[in-house]
Amino acid sequence: MRPSRVRTAFDVRAIRRDFPILSRQVRGKPLVYLDNAATTQKPRSVIEALVHFYEHQNANIHRAIHTLGEEATVAYEGTRAKVSRFINAPGPESIVFTRSATEALNLVASAWGRANVREGDEIVLTQMEHHSNMVPWQRLAQEVGATVKYIGVTDEGTLDLNGLDEIITEKTKLVGVTQVSNAFGTINPLDRIIDAAHQRGALALVDGAQSVPHMPVDVQALGCDFLAFSAHKMLGPTGVGVLYARHELLEAMEPYQGGGEMIRRVRLEGATWNDVPWKFEAGTPNIAGVVAFGTALDYLSDLGMDDVRAHERELTAYALDRLRQLEGIVIYGPQEASQRGGVVSFNYPDIHPHDVGTILDGEGIAIRAGNHCAQPLMHRFDIAGTARASFYIYNTLEEVDALIEGIKKARAFFGHAPG
Amino acid sequence: MLLDRDLDLDDLYREIILDHYRNPRNRGSLEQPTASSEGDNPLCGDEVKVDLDIRDGRILDARFEAKGCSISQASASMMTEAVKGLSLEEVESLFQMFKDMMYGADGVNLEALGDLEALQGVRKFPVRVKCATLAWNTLEQALEELGRQTRSGMKE
Repeated sequence: MRPSRVRTAFDVRAIRRDFPILSRQVRGKPLVYLDNAATTQKPRSVIEALVHFYEHQNANIHRAIHTLGEEATVAYEGTRAKVSRFINAPGPESIVFTRSATEALNLVASAWGRANVREGDEIVLTQMEHHSNMVPWQRLAQEVGATVKYIGVTDEGTLDLNGLDEIITEKTKLVGVTQVSNAFGTINPLDRIIDAAHQRGALALVDGAQSVPHMPVDVQALGCDFLAFSAHKMLGPTGVGVLYARHELLEAMEPYQGGGEMIRRVRLEGATWNDVPWKFEAGTPNIAGVVAFGTALDYLSDLGMDDVRAHERELTAYALDRLRQLEGIVIYGPQEASQRGGVVSFNYPDIHPHDVGTILDGEGIAIRAGNHCAQPLMHRFDIAGTARASFYIYNTLEEVDALIEGIKKARAFFGHAPG
Repeated sequence: MLLDRDLDLDDLYREIILDHYRNPRNRGSLEQPTASSEGDNPLCGDEVKVDLDIRDGRILDARFEAKGCSISQASASMMTEAVKGLSLEEVESLFQMFKDMMYGADGVNLEALGDLEALQGVRKFPVRVKCATLAWNTLEQALEELGRQTRSGMKE
């Protein structure tokens, strides 16, 4: 049963005061924001960093000969160094800024994939990938005549690693896997998969969009070759994504887009490329967004990612516990909070998740309802979608209680299955 | 009703809508439909199939099969009731009125819409509007397909 107070590693009440949006009301009720896997709310310090940049430092980066340009460049590159430390990359030259995790994945499929994947080669993904780590590879495979193979999913919502040796073979050029499922919250055994990839001479790409914001991630310990994630799912602004790649890979890769910043020399006959990582950052990037993302990383680093994880794990364990007491509800993914991120995905078989979502919205509770950009996973379970509540640093056990009450209300509202 | 008086939710889930959801009318398929079509909302996963029996430019029977939320199912059920017996021109103008209501056009004759009027509360939940219009768009698609077949049949 519920502990009498929030037993977390940090002071959630104090954290909540840092987030202006958490004091607003929705449909006359206090906002309960449980859609953090879609995007997180922003602390005042991040919002102020955006404003501060535009009020005091706004200039284009890398080329300006004036003071503002220099300050903007230092601030922008400062975030690159913070990102590098945050995921324990060997250095900032391994960090490429994109506009989203999706763009980071497309960058790899395009810039690395076109040069390295040939007819007859294989790409291995999992059946629980987000569309953004599936569609770019399907397009590449179609273009070059390669094949995409999938690691299946068990009834428990975990990866089915039986037969992994038949799926990852000498033909495999790359294995792409999400560290945490955005749809079910499953934490995947990356060690085993990355090992299997490397043993066969394939590269390993990790979709970290749902892991980097929520738990300590160390790319050197993981040994992955690529890691993609996005700023807006970890307190930062929208429009900023990150690609980590091993430095040698970035050196060998052709640019993704052509334009300003990515070039060294341009003549009418052609051009040569800038150094890594700027070679991959054509065009003026989201400078203010990157700068404010640095403030978001500071906020998370101050809390400590171990404590962030511990907090979410407690909320998830409590939510699973309370959900299980609701008769007839189906919970997807591993039953143990230790094996999942801060995501709970559930359904009443006879109530569409959108109807649950709308009733909860009427209570001021924001969840996600739908297929979570993971249609192949939904097909695997023969469902149109799920209702998904996802937690972050500012959520409380009381909010889980509110969620449960809202779900009960939906149950009562729709009565029993239609005839 | 078990909910306390939540004005918006009561508008969305009017009693008549919940009744069609719980007791759908005309659910099933026709053995030899004159026109038939399937539609879906890829974002929500709502799916609907509409079968029509049309003779002399009039809808004699309409059936639907649907998987999806209460709004999409209830709307499909209400639609099949509403279009039975109507001429294709009448269906066309009813669909136009329905769309006008769902997208908030001025001067819609709500009385002419009959029970369908109950769906206007969906407007307060813009993400749900496409759930309410799915069955209608599918019906429209079935009629367009029939029109194409008829035209190409005449040419032969």
